[in-house]
Amino acid sequence: MTALLEVRALCAGYAGSQVLDGVDLDLERGSGLGLLGRNGAGKSTLVLTLMGLVPATSGTVRLDGAPLPRRPHLVARAGVAVVPQGRRLWPPLTVAEHLRLAHRGTGTWTPATVLDLLPQLAARRHQPAAHLSGGEQQMLAIARALLTNPRLVLLDEPSDGLAPAVVDTIAEVVLRLRAEGVPVLLVEQDLRLAFTVCDEIAVMERGTIVHRAATAAFRADPATAHRLLGVA
Amino acid sequence: MGDWLDANLVGVVNGFAIGFLLFIVAVGLSLVFGMMDVLNLAHGALFLTGAYVGAAVVGGDASWGGFLGALGLAAGLGLAGGVLLSALTEPLRRRSHLDQALLTLGVTLVVAELLVIAYGDDPLSVGAPPGLDGSVPVLGAAYPVYRLALIGVGALLAVAVFVLVERTDMGALIRATVADRDMVAAIGVDNRLVRVRVFAAGSMLAATAGVLGGPIYGARPGLDATILILALVVVVVGGLGSVRGALVGALLIGQVDSLGRSLLPDAAPFVLFGSLALVLVLRPQGLFGGRGVARA
Repeated sequence: MTALLEVRALCAGYAGSQVLDGVDLDLERGSGLGLLGRNGAGKSTLVLTLMGLVPATSGTVRLDGAPLPRRPHLVARAGVAVVPQGRRLWPPLTVAEHLRLAHRGTGTWTPATVLDLLPQLAARRHQPAAHLSGGEQQMLAIARALLTNPRLVLLDEPSDGLAPAVVDTIAEVVLRLRAEGVPVLLVEQDLRLAFTVCDEIAVMERGTIVHRAATAAFRADPATAHRLLGVA
Repeated sequence: MGDWLDANLVGVVNGFAIGFLLFIVAVGLSLVFGMMDVLNLAHGALFLTGAYVGAAVVGGDASWGGFLGALGLAAGLGLAGGVLLSALTEPLRRRSHLDQALLTLGVTLVVAELLVIAYGDDPLSVGAPPGLDGSVPVLGAAYPVYRLALIGVGALLAVAVFVLVERTDMGALIRATVADRDMVAAIGVDNRLVRVRVFAAGSMLAATAGVLGGPIYGARPGLDATILILALVVVVVGGLGSVRGALVGALLIGQVDSLGRSLLPDAAPFVLFGSLALVLVLRPQGLFGGRGVARA
């Protein structure tokens, strides 16, 4: 069986500086890949490039065998959803407005099922996103991605600055997605979360993937982790 | 305070009439700039086109049929002009405001020159429709009925735009696009379509404002620049991409312009731009603008 997502020799960058330098990546249905790496390694740029928000300069991306479109709204319609770094909600819009705008497709996820999964949002339906706590904002960013009924979810540092209870909820959502066959690419600094919800770990360095291993093997090899990430 | 109001009531009511007219012009400019980061200096040319449509169709001797016909024609031209301007500026979307300003200023010059060729240099007048062409006593002074009607129409349009942007899903999409258009694309919405629609609707309002303002300003060369500058001041004072900001800014600038002219006739332009400078010093993002955050 071919991988759901196939990335080959993907390059991208901003005005003059190349950030992605030939990324190769496969993601199977239902898998979870934790993407680690130092700041500036290109993790967030990879997420934005896959989403079409940073233009690729060369390389190919295929989703379920078909080339992924270039324009972001077509990438979204093809079934890719993103929970971006910094959440990037629409501050003046209420929770309910976020949910209504984002809902598309006929899959599992509707505003009602999303609120069942993330009940803390239900009580705040009529609040503008700007008034939510950090944890609630992250839940809303995740809800917005789920409501597009995606076939692939990209999460960029969802646990950043959040309390452990919120991180547990994020873990629950990722495992639920994977159980439904939706693969997750998780960019994380929080190794505990990446190790909990991902079956594989990849490490990026200077715009390319330099190491990839099953989570258990990665954890059993602290010397490699230390060399690549500067952590034990 | 009571005496002051008695003496200046006409100026204050005039300020409201000008303010609501400015709101109709400025709201489109503000949404297009706040939403898509496109600086459209051709907005004044749309108003001017509306004014000449009023002069050509209505003329000095107004009938209701002519006036409503002029409004309809100006609305149609405004819609078409908005779609065209949206298409023209699309390739410049990621370039600097200077490039956009040059292109749209060029469009303005071409449109203004074509109108001069067609209608000449002389100011043309636009009559108010029958029934609105007289005056009523307001605290002892005679006041033109048309300006009171303009306040009513402007207030209705302001409510309509506010409800549309603040209370409907289409409006939520517009506010989301102002706040973060990439994330609107990331949920599968082609934000070029949102942009064309807002551009077209805003341009339609600017062109109809040209007809509505006809009985006050008439149609003359240079009117486009006058209105564009006032609208830009409104947008800067109110805050980019904010309907509420455009309304409050327009009413404020309407009063400053009107009372400035009647109380300090020699210093009127300084009062106008002085108030702009004051807002920029105290609240650079405008009264209702946030940094990267727009409110309706």
